Amino acid sequence: MISWQTQTGSPEETRCLGELFGGLAEAGLVVLLSGDLGAGKTCFAQGVARGLGVPSGSPVTSPSYSLMHIHQGRVPFYHFDLYRLSRVDDLTDLGYDEFAEGDGLTLVEWADRMTDGLAASITVCIDPLAGQQRRFRFEARDNRGRALLEQLDVRWTASQGPSRTKSRENL
Amino acid sequence: MLVLCIESSCDETAAAVVRDGRELLSNVVASQVDVHARYGGVVPELASRKHVEAISVVVNSALEAASVSLARIEGIGVTRGPGLVGALLVGLSTAKALAWGLGVPLAAVHHMEGHILAPLLEAPLEFPFLALAVSGGHSHLYRVDGIGRYRTLGQTLDDAAGEAYDKVAKLLGLGYPGGALIDRLAAQGNPEAVAFPRPMLHKKNLDFSFSGIKTAVLQHLGTYQQPLEDQQIADIAASFQAAMVEVLTRKTLRAAEQEGLARIVVAGGVACNSGLRAQFGALAAEHGAKVYFPSPALCGDNAAMLGVPANYYLENGRHATNLVNALSSWTLDMAGAD
Repeated sequence: MISWQTQTGSPEETRCLGELFGGLAEAGLVVLLSGDLGAGKTCFAQGVARGLGVPSGSPVTSPSYSLMHIHQGRVPFYHFDLYRLSRVDDLTDLGYDEFAEGDGLTLVEWADRMTDGLAASITVCIDPLAGQQRRFRFEARDNRGRALLEQLDVRWTASQGPSRTKSRENL
Repeated sequence: MLVLCIESSCDETAAAVVRDGRELLSNVVASQVDVHARYGGVVPELASRKHVEAISVVVNSALEAASVSLARIEGIGVTRGPGLVGALLVGLSTAKALAWGLGVPLAAVHHMEGHILAPLLEAPLEFPFLALAVSGGHSHLYRVDGIGRYRTLGQTLDDAAGEAYDKVAKLLGLGYPGGALIDRLAAQGNPEAVAFPRPMLHKKNLDFSFSGIKTAVLQHLGTYQQPLEDQQIADIAASFQAAMVEVLTRKTLRAAEQEGLARIVVAGGVACNSGLRAQFGALAAEHGAKVYFPSPALCGDNAAMLGVPANYYLENGRHATNLVNALSSWTLDMAGAD
């Protein structure tokens, strides 16, 4: 497993990480996001949308109730949220398969609620630390995910300066 | 005009018969137990399939409850969006088929214009007015200058108000529906026990942000070493509700002042919240504003609320063609433009 992790110290820093990630994402990428209530999943998604060039006039809000939102950026942004779902059938009814690996970036919040597991290039787990600090653990599940994490590491390091603590494994 | 209305944008399958955009003859929502019993078995939650299974029963129930035969229906109103495309298409296809089969016109309605016009089914209300739409998926402020004339003034930037209620209820270990349970507990607690943040209250814009209140509750819960006692839970519920209600009421009244509007509609599922109703009642008088709430049956998702705009569009020749498609993303400002 190819993994990479880092920490952010504020919601805005989480958005910056998401923005770098979104800037590297290409059509067809599927990203599974997990983390407890208040971990910062939607916050990360807001950054991803920024990186995809979604206009700021179309706020990226939590899709927990509406189950999915579609935003138009450089490529379409399919923002799913499984908070209220528990069965793969529900996801099929949403047309998930038609969106995932299609012409846009698919980001799935509460992905860990689907025990059957979904196909994806990258998984992201957010762990709350003290205060506003959050640990982000990224794992690549295929070559495309691995290439993206390698670029993310370079760009994030460049944006953070040399003082940040961060760990790399197997990259 | 006798209008059959159909709604299927998210969880609920609903149908209603409304006369002249004012008189409610029936209002049937599929989650009502009696309807479940009529098509038997367990309803798969949240599935488009559920809408398919429920729609004909719900439409027939609405006609029966109104004592109206299908042949007497003079127009069909249906939710075109926003919502889940698969779910919307069930209502939209049914509406198109009925309109075509009966030879009557079709009106395509925005889900939120239904919500904010719902009070017109119960009492006269003049335009323009300000509308606060608060539910599980929405927290929006709109200026309403007439049917089909809307302008978004502000909205949530993260969680909707109803979503924050349900997620905090989950953090507190309460059941479902979380919003109603917090509202009830809040009445027994001390609203000043915990000073939760009031996000965006002092920003000049009219947007909301409720994710931070939810996270503040989470962090507060982390400070307890022992399991919470009932009174502590009630105090947290009351303090959370106080923060939500203060932000919602103050920003809404500020919007009304900025826009020079003295009439305010509060609609959507969270409009049932007793704390919100009480606080609006108290503050509106100070501001010289009058606040209108739909009765509880018209607050949650329903089809009757579509009757007001549908009747208007039908009577004014603003008919949708049989080619009208569902719109998953559709800002209210664009509604009525067709």
